Amino acid sequence: MPVQFKERAISVVVNNRPDVLARIAGTFSARGFNIESISANITRNPAVTKIIITTLTTPETITKVIKQLNRLVDVLEARRLRRPQAVCREMIIARVPLTKERQAAIQELIDTRGGKTVSIEPGSAVLEFTGDREDLEEILTRLESLGMEDFSRTGVIALERSKS
Amino acid sequence: MQQTGSQVLFTALKEENVDTLFGYPGGCVMDIYDEMSRQQIRHILVRHEQGAVHAADGYARASGRVGVCLVTSGPGATNTVTGIANAYMDSIPVVVLTGQVPTAIIGSDGFQEVDITGITRTCTKHNFLVRDIGDLHRTVREAFQIARSGRPGPVLVDLPKDVIQSVTEAEPLRTAVSPVEEGCPDLEGLCNEALKMLLQAKKPLIIVGGGVILGKASEIFRAFARKFRIPVVSTLMGLGAFPASDPLWTGMLGMHGAYSANMAVSQCDLLMAVGVRFDDRATSKVSAFAPHARIIHIDIDPVSIDRIVRTDLAIVSHCIPALKTLHRLSDEQGLTPPERQIHAWRNQLLQWKAEMPLGYCRNQNIKPQYVIEKLHQLTQGRAIIATEVGQHQMWAAQFYRFDDPNAFLTSGGLGTMGFGLPAAIGAQVACPDRIVVDVAGDGSIQMNIQELGTIAHYGLPVKVVILNNLYLGMIRQWQELFYGRRYSQSDMSQAPDFVKLAEAYGIKGLRATKPEEVKRVLREGLETPGPVVMDFHVESEENVFPMVKPGTPLTEMAFGNVRAVA
Ligand SMILES: Cc1ncc(C[n+]2csc(CCOP(=O)(O)OP(=O)(O)O)c2C)c(N)n1
Ligand SMILES: [Mg+2]
Repeated sequence: MPVQFKERAISVVVNNRPDVLARIAGTFSARGFNIESISANITRNPAVTKIIITTLTTPETITKVIKQLNRLVDVLEARRLRRPQAVCREMIIARVPLTKERQAAIQELIDTRGGKTVSIEPGSAVLEFTGDREDLEEILTRLESLGMEDFSRTGVIALERSKS
Repeated sequence: MQQTGSQVLFTALKEENVDTLFGYPGGCVMDIYDEMSRQQIRHILVRHEQGAVHAADGYARASGRVGVCLVTSGPGATNTVTGIANAYMDSIPVVVLTGQVPTAIIGSDGFQEVDITGITRTCTKHNFLVRDIGDLHRTVREAFQIARSGRPGPVLVDLPKDVIQSVTEAEPLRTAVSPVEEGCPDLEGLCNEALKMLLQAKKPLIIVGGGVILGKASEIFRAFARKFRIPVVSTLMGLGAFPASDPLWTGMLGMHGAYSANMAVSQCDLLMAVGVRFDDRATSKVSAFAPHARIIHIDIDPVSIDRIVRTDLAIVSHCIPALKTLHRLSDEQGLTPPERQIHAWRNQLLQWKAEMPLGYCRNQNIKPQYVIEKLHQLTQGRAIIATEVGQHQMWAAQFYRFDDPNAFLTSGGLGTMGFGLPAAIGAQVACPDRIVVDVAGDGSIQMNIQELGTIAHYGLPVKVVILNNLYLGMIRQWQELFYGRRYSQSDMSQAPDFVKLAEAYGIKGLRATKPEEVKRVLREGLETPGPVVMDFHVESEENVFPMVKPGTPLTEMAFGNVRAVA
């Protein structure tokens, strides 16, 4: 059987303490696991942070990582988010040069991909897109062809589609 | 009532029933030491902070209570790191209190500042930096709770000087630190399943590990094994959980395990592992480990399950409730040992034991194994034995034949040379009426030799037995067996005169150079009140056998010349 390396998502709910991210990162690095993407923010309770981590691993490894995370004192809950039961989204904001020739193409990309213009300056605009990984890869390719100057991309955020 | 941070700290320590601190003062903990002079607490002034942690660790291993040490910031704190990692690997409950520079200076490379919580993040169970006196009491209590609960381990609390000096009006809350122990959801169902597997087996075997000792479960464990008359092997850390004098005892398994134990693991059809984590020194080649067995694994730490060895049935639980449930269910169902079915298996084990017992060849030199045998005899097997790391450690494990838990204090996971002497100090402080011996190598003893000063200072009657082979013997053995006898940097013949060295510390020193002197020296050393260093000039090139080469199956044991005896 081929080893199934795939990007897998974990949700980690933690006490919002200064060193908690270091502990989580350490849990990955100490065991030689790589974090592909990470996104964190407070929950309804500002003392509690929810972190979504994606990592390229086998099913076996992810089970081990989750056990290790659950062992950390400040981790309230670590569990796997399985697709397709969970929605996974990322966001990019990208700066593109505004030229007459490209204006139509930019507008078309925004319209077809549910994008937004979040800033317009003379000569450049910042656009915003959300989507799953594949969507964003495709959008990025399009943006490159529009002469994108720079972009910033969030980690994955994820949520189960329904209470289980 | 106004209280300083120091007073709050001692209040919390008292609530945790701490009677002894192992420590060493310095600038950032001056206030704590000043307050200590007004507190009813024993402080053992070690000679190096590594010694403080190992002593707290030895105290914990021997007594089953949390060991505590106190050191200053910077170099005091970094000196504890090896001790902390050592306690972490062996799951020993220790609380390490470190001084820290004032909060306003943290992060500015202040004098004697190190980020000790950062440094120890991966070798503590948890650590804290207390930034506010309001958090101090709760944090210290929580540190103890974390250290002793679940799978135990070291917890570090970093105490900035200003927090310790500041004053609070608030009464320290009697915070009820909630126990975090969680029961295993379907314990009964899992135990029923385990019993079924156990009774179906024709060749059942139990491996007992350090978890049974840490969980204070030796008694119930013994009762269970005896009830079903299942043979028992032990890991290095499990020695003493099950008595070596019991007929069911099949020996220690692993790299230097007994023939009977390694054969039993390799042939059994059911393996019940209790409180073990399957260290590679115990399993050797994992893919060849217990190849015919269904495996039941009882352990409190879910991380241990399926980490190294795949289990057929995992019971994630403290071993006491698990073993109690097994007992109760078997009583309720009137289950009896499957005598007839496993009769042949037990005979096979007896035969292996008889065929190839642990042995050695005698000659005109002192054999290190002989010293341990005599030590066992003269102490009636009832001493607490701390060890350093190397061949002498393995000979102590093989030849002391432990009958009691909490009596073998050895650095199993980290393999820390220099552990034994300070650990013996901690054990002697915890158990003043027991005979405490550090079985040492000539190399290892020099790693924390300064602790002879501590022993002399407090008149602790620790007995140091040096198996002096003038080599880093375990290194020399590997070089002999695996590196073409190229003895690179393992010669220790430029050694101090250990008798004179002991005397320089004000400690009695004795020496034996011939086999016929061994008994006399041991007897004199054990009978002399107070500390004694005994220097045994043993056979230099003796090897530890059996030996399984790392990465090979447990059945591939080398016996050297031991076979001749058996
Ligand atoms: C701190 C530390 N450094 C190095 C080692 C590697 N090591 C393992 S055993 C050993 C030799 C120990 O020599 P000695 O204490 O004389 O014991 P012997 O094997 O001769 O009985 C060494 C160097 C270690 N375990 N710990
Ligand atoms: Mg030696």
